[in-house]
Amino acid sequence: MPGKAHSVSTERVRLRIRVEGIVQGVGFRPHVYTLARRLDLAGWVGNDPKGVFIEVEGLRAALDLFLGDLKGEAPPLAVIDRVATTVLPLTGDRGFHIADSVQDGSRRTSVSPDFGTCDDCLAELFDPADRRYRYPFVNCVNCGPRFTIVTRVPYDRSTTTMARFPMCGECAREFADPADRRFHAQPTCCPDCGPVLSYTVVDGADRQVLAQGEAALQRAVTAVRTGLIVAVKGLGGYHLAVGAEDEPAVRRLRDLKHREAKPFAVMVADLAAARTLAGLTSEAERLLADPRRPIVLVPRHAEALTAPSVAPGTGEIGLMLPYTPLHHLLLRETGPIVLTSGNISDEPIAFKDAEALNGLSSVADAFLTHDRPIHIRTDDSVVRIVAGRATPLRRSRGYAPEPLALSLQRPVRRAVLACGGELKSTFCMVQGDRAFLSHHIGDLENYETLVAFTEGIEHFQRLFGVVPEVVAHDLHPEYLSTKYAAELADVELAGVQHHHAHIASCLADNRERGPVIGVAYDGLGYGTDGTLWGGELLIADFTGYVRVGSLTPVPLPGGEAAIRHPWRMAAAYLAEMDLTHTPPVQHRHAADWDRVRALLKTPAHSPPTTSAGRLFDAVAALLDLHDTVAYEGQAAIALEQTADPTETGAYPAHIARGDPPSCNGNLPYPGPSLLLNGGELVRAVVEDRRTGTPPEAVAARFHNGLAALTVAACLRVHEASGLTTVALSGGVFQNRLLTDRLTDALRRHGLQVLTHHRVPPNDGGLSLGQAVIAARRHP
Amino acid sequence: LCHGAGGKATQTLIEAVFLDAFDNPALAPLADGAVIADTHAFTTDSYVVTPLFFPGGDIGDLAVNGTVNDLAMCGARPVCLSAGFILEEGFPVADLRRITTSMAAAARTAGVHIVTGDTKVVQRGKADGCYITTTGLGAFHHDIRPGARMARPGDAVIVSGPVGDHGITIMLARGELDIEADTVSDTAALAGLVDDLLTACGPHLHTLRDPTRGGVATVLNEITATTQLAAVLDEDTIPVRPAVRGACELLGIDPLYVACEGRLLALVAPEATQTALSTLHAHPLGQDATVIGHLTDDPPGLVLLRTTFGGTRIVDLLVGDPLPRIC
Ligand SMILES: [Fe+3]
Ligand SMILES: [Mg+2]
Ligand SMILES: [Zn+2]
Ligand SMILES: [Zn+2]
Repeated sequence: MPGKAHSVSTERVRLRIRVEGIVQGVGFRPHVYTLARRLDLAGWVGNDPKGVFIEVEGLRAALDLFLGDLKGEAPPLAVIDRVATTVLPLTGDRGFHIADSVQDGSRRTSVSPDFGTCDDCLAELFDPADRRYRYPFVNCVNCGPRFTIVTRVPYDRSTTTMARFPMCGECAREFADPADRRFHAQPTCCPDCGPVLSYTVVDGADRQVLAQGEAALQRAVTAVRTGLIVAVKGLGGYHLAVGAEDEPAVRRLRDLKHREAKPFAVMVADLAAARTLAGLTSEAERLLADPRRPIVLVPRHAEALTAPSVAPGTGEIGLMLPYTPLHHLLLRETGPIVLTSGNISDEPIAFKDAEALNGLSSVADAFLTHDRPIHIRTDDSVVRIVAGRATPLRRSRGYAPEPLALSLQRPVRRAVLACGGELKSTFCMVQGDRAFLSHHIGDLENYETLVAFTEGIEHFQRLFGVVPEVVAHDLHPEYLSTKYAAELADVELAGVQHHHAHIASCLADNRERGPVIGVAYDGLGYGTDGTLWGGELLIADFTGYVRVGSLTPVPLPGGEAAIRHPWRMAAAYLAEMDLTHTPPVQHRHAADWDRVRALLKTPAHSPPTTSAGRLFDAVAALLDLHDTVAYEGQAAIALEQTADPTETGAYPAHIARGDPPSCNGNLPYPGPSLLLNGGELVRAVVEDRRTGTPPEAVAARFHNGLAALTVAACLRVHEASGLTTVALSGGVFQNRLLTDRLTDALRRHGLQVLTHHRVPPNDGGLSLGQAVIAARRHP
Repeated sequence: LCHGAGGKATQTLIEAVFLDAFDNPALAPLADGAVIADTHAFTTDSYVVTPLFFPGGDIGDLAVNGTVNDLAMCGARPVCLSAGFILEEGFPVADLRRITTSMAAAARTAGVHIVTGDTKVVQRGKADGCYITTTGLGAFHHDIRPGARMARPGDAVIVSGPVGDHGITIMLARGELDIEADTVSDTAALAGLVDDLLTACGPHLHTLRDPTRGGVATVLNEITATTQLAAVLDEDTIPVRPAVRGACELLGIDPLYVACEGRLLALVAPEATQTALSTLHAHPLGQDATVIGHLTDDPPGLVLLRTTFGGTRIVDLLVGDPLPRIC
């Protein structure tokens, strides 16, 4: 071996190297430049719409080192999907340089998500000797805005909203210096050339800038400290901020925002501050400190000083750490602040300056804003630790639009667009072997959200050069996303059943292909029989599914009204189970109870549903937690919070044989379909309540009972099919207690369990599942 | 079955089957009635309702008023009607007499004559009691031909009274629901009201529609689809009787989609809005008339609802029977 190495030591080689992935805007060219100079290689590096292109010439040994370090020492924010090399004839050129960007061809590059301020920038921010001392827009190649400011590709300053800020001499020098951290950092700027902070008040049509720069910051600090509501421009939109310990201020924010009960997120200065408010596991601390900076749902300390109105009726609190220099500056002086999306009621978060100043002036007393435009609205991401791993509940800022590597058998030939669901909507595009899952878009019934949906799709098509030929959509005829798909011209449509998409989403999330036993528990989704499904056992892969089981259907009295009023589900289940006992919830609704019972007998007004979410609603109402909900999932969240995690009792429930299973595709299944009798769980709840069992025990026994019932059903499907993997998906699996119990028990029985960790189990992940199914069925 | 709910399924059926077969210039606009030789309007409608008798009316006055209103919405004064009956074998004569009596009364009130008719009896089980088809001829007394095409951005959207009374009354009258029905159908002939409006507003009266099947939401969607304008409604201004609202809440139904049989929607130029309102208010059938929104040119083809809290909800054409969309 030594001899062999010796013989080639003077051989010179020239290579063309293509690097694809997230390699633009993350300091990749400077990394290549530094590396090439260190190894004394000649050639160049540049960006084009497909990624980074390199030509290098030098000693073979040096080139080997170069190729190793290209990946091994890649900048922290880079994600390399693929490196392809071709040998070229030697040219004998000298020196290494960074070439201009090339704009043509098909796009394979990815735009980086936005990242929280890095430690180097943070040090500069608080260093009085630094020229960017206390400058709220400090960033570098390792941090700062990306996706939210990119207007086109290739990624360059001219294709971001920083285009309007010409660099000063000093910034230009750093930008051109390969040894500098800001070498080709497109959004770099400083107090001499960059955006300016301002503190603005709005009175009708009149806008007054009261202060700029540091003075603006100080005005905002004072405002928050004195209990005012300040709208703060962040990365992906405007937030509304108030002191988190200031109950009257938080209460006032709720009233003005028309947000009755849904918890507010709180930003704290650092981990130390976070620890004073909540119990943090090491995983929770890791997530909080991650440069993606999600909101992390963690158990609040009973003695935490946060105002009661921050997160009423829940023992959890959503915490996040500062992710822009402006947040860091603010938080050091204000203490914990509520930082909730800048909108009224269910509107999407305001992100354009003029709209924010108009739309939020009825809520915000002042605006802490600046002149760097936001190009794409992006909400904060939310994660919760479920089944021991970080599970996204909302995948948005910091994560989108990072591509998800897939587990397809082969790359798709025809690009796919999947239009997602209706609430918590996202869309997804698949090109090659990667999925571009959009940021959280929201509730499509809202007009501004629908606009964001259609514009977002166009933006992604331009950014990633995707021309969809296959368009996947839900089967629900009234989803606006379904209607959007139906109106597209020159595409092949692929309708995908809601719960099939959920299970496929979980498979894709885990880079599996199935077939698996899928448990899809959620609120509601349109079934192929025209009824509303939501407590489903499927055998599924990307080609199809067999509906091997479900909860026993019950009527949904008054359709959507039953979703807003969980007490109606209590009435539905009591009638279904012929329970004559009169629980307190019935007394509370004495006037309407019989009407709703009459409604149950008219299928036109009470469509049957197998929903697991509605089963939770019924139990929550029977435990007197919520008769009516102010936001989606509120009753189920309260039920989980109530449950005593140390309680091991479980209510029994039976599984009956149903009709032969309905299928879609060619998956074989010999067994009968299963009907899981959720009503028996309800009966046990009623019995236990009557004998005075505390609600903490009842709630836990219900969770444990549903887990046991589900395990029993999975085992039967396992025996009949031989499948050994269970995938858990649907909004119900945001519930940690149920998911943990179910996961533990399935594993004890030797089954492998897949849960979500890259995309949400709720409808935010639906479009990914639709996309992979459509890609497989419409090659 | 959902082909009759007045939503998109109905439209698709009409477009796929009837337009195809009967294509001609008078049919094309798909209005409530056809204009003949620019002097007369002509319309036909079949009436199927369960139950046949309900608070505030029965199938008889419904069949007269519905066809009278279709003529009125074209801007024509009704002249005469024909009536065709399909009766199920064994249908009680007393019930038939009750129906014809109320038809006669409705025709008298509307100022039309029922000039010809026909009756067929089918085997038991082949029909549900009694079906009626009425055909109407109307004459134009004004130069104005209101229609969806006349609608302009800025027009006020006026509704002549509370919405949803008829549809909710019918649902409750079926007796399956345990609700003390405190509602009455709004069935009424609107020809007189329309005459007054045409006289008062002249060419400023752009469009008239009666929000029957599918209610206000469906009619406005049809108008915005034709004109590629937007209708922006204000949730707080939409008149709904408390009893109707209560029943809608129980049933989980949006009153905007519930049928009326004695209400009209008028699209009126802004300068004539006050005139239209005071004219409506002066008439017994328009006392609760109110402006519920206006037309704009953007976003094309959509009906939007500004909610109480300042949100903007899309009021879409329903494809079939509404099922919840919340996951
Ligand atoms: Fe779902
Ligand atoms: Mg008609
Ligand atoms: Zn940095
Ligand atoms: Zn500068």
